[in-house]
Amino acid sequence: MRLGLVIDLDTCVGCHACATACKQWNTSSITAPLTDYDPYGKEPSGVWFNRIRHYEIGEYPNNKTINFPMSCMHCENAECVTVCPTGASYKRPEDGIVLVDQDKCMGCNYCSWACPYGARELDRESGTMKKCTLCVDRIYDETLAVEDRQPACVLACPAHARLFGDLDDPESTTSRAVRERGGYALMPELNYNPTNHYLPPRTRPAIPTSDLPRGSLARKVKEWVNRVVER
Amino acid sequence: MNPSLAVIFLTLFSGAGFGLMAMVVVVNDFTIDGGLSPLRTAILVALALLLVTIGMVSSTAHLANPKNAWRAFTRWRTSWLAREGVFAVMFYPVAIAYLGWVFFTNTDQDDGALVLGNVAGLIGLATIFCQGMIYACLRTIRQWHTPLVPANFYALGLALGMTIVATSRVLADGPDLILVSAACALLVAAGVMKAIYYFWIGAPSGTTLQTATGFTGGRVKLLDQGHTFGTFLTHEFSNCISPVRARNFKIAVYALGFLAPVAILLAAAHVSLGLGVLLAPLLAFIGIGLERYLFFVEAQHVVNLYHGRMPGSLPQMHPALRGGTVSPAAVAGKSRLVPSYEKR
Repeated sequence: MRLGLVIDLDTCVGCHACATACKQWNTSSITAPLTDYDPYGKEPSGVWFNRIRHYEIGEYPNNKTINFPMSCMHCENAECVTVCPTGASYKRPEDGIVLVDQDKCMGCNYCSWACPYGARELDRESGTMKKCTLCVDRIYDETLAVEDRQPACVLACPAHARLFGDLDDPESTTSRAVRERGGYALMPELNYNPTNHYLPPRTRPAIPTSDLPRGSLARKVKEWVNRVVER
Repeated sequence: MNPSLAVIFLTLFSGAGFGLMAMVVVVNDFTIDGGLSPLRTAILVALALLLVTIGMVSSTAHLANPKNAWRAFTRWRTSWLAREGVFAVMFYPVAIAYLGWVFFTNTDQDDGALVLGNVAGLIGLATIFCQGMIYACLRTIRQWHTPLVPANFYALGLALGMTIVATSRVLADGPDLILVSAACALLVAAGVMKAIYYFWIGAPSGTTLQTATGFTGGRVKLLDQGHTFGTFLTHEFSNCISPVRARNFKIAVYALGFLAPVAILLAAAHVSLGLGVLLAPLLAFIGIGLERYLFFVEAQHVVNLYHGRMPGSLPQMHPALRGGTVSPAAVAGKSRLVPSYEKR
């Protein structure tokens, strides 16, 4: 079993709900708390497991805004685990989730150097490294309803842009989405073999910005009126 | 990368200590220039232990949770950091036994001294290799992911060690050519090796914001980094240095770390400089300390790409990305965030 997330860049609206839901759940979860530094001050900062960045792809007029959530990719070849000198970082053989044992971590930051995705953040208060747990304390909790046994970010997403499932099972929702939509992994050249995948935006015909053909009489009149009439 | 003093001191001083130990043993093994007297050997080994200890103690300063530091020896099967710790700890008993043997038997040429000395020297060399591999094994940092890193650590550690040995010979016995020439040769070799590194790290890397986001077909531009102030990622990874400043630092590295010590040692080989010869190791430490600062600050982690940092565009970074104070003017201006079509 290889549990992970598939993130749909076509439907992600960049609302940061996944990040705040993650923060809310995990700040009282197994690696709690996710300390904030100066939260209401001039320099607010703190520990987050999920960060969303926003990019512009292409040049105007063929451009598009892409909202880009990133959390731990739970890599197959997780070098954050192999470089850890204390054995605090480990990858669970049964489901591939990468976790940090807070009782063993000495806070040397070395695993964060080995992670290309910026998934690990040091908590200055506890002095330990913290990271996405894939809500390991939710997804196996049998006291929750079956549909609630998913990571907090997935449940919170209003656009259903986040899918959770077993990437090893070819018929899981996540595997099918990756297969059908051309899902890809980030920085494949580094060979970390991340479990999380991203679905590219669907290609749609461009929405016309003007319904009048260039050079037509009606358009010329409209442009003349626009010049003459002062707004 | 964040050039924290703890890791700069760790690699600088422990590298010099292990290099000094190795050089003392080499000089005694082959009785180069008559070898070192037992007392001199004992003093230099004690100095090597002191340097290694300064390095090791300062390394614990960068741990956020040092009470778990004892666990750092457990994962030696996979982690170069754990291997470094294991070898560094193994170094102490052997080096102290060598020191005691030489001090109490008053000879550094009997079998016991040679065996203990060589084992201590080899453990020290193994530790330097592990120290280099801690950085060289990271595929996320192009400037470090090269075999030149452990090679440089060796060259610089051995050059510092031999500089100390040669200085001690000149201080005690007056002008001397053989050990001084050896130190100068090692300093020149280390300088050349470092120059190869400085040229090599200019090579472009295959990882770009395009491969990092998967949009390989066109231009990708950061619109918003998603946080208002710095994060752990910006604090740890976004340090950088402008090309002009880096060049000036490199000039200082070569002037202080290599040229000045070679000049002082060569002068000391012919005329008596008195205590002035101590300037040679002192300046070498300062110059190679600057080299170590550059080693960290020039290293660019791939996660910087997600914050819109393109390779080769370091000085144009937004102040917020540096994790430092954001001036209100810089935020209000936000010229970077104006879409291209509004700029007509």
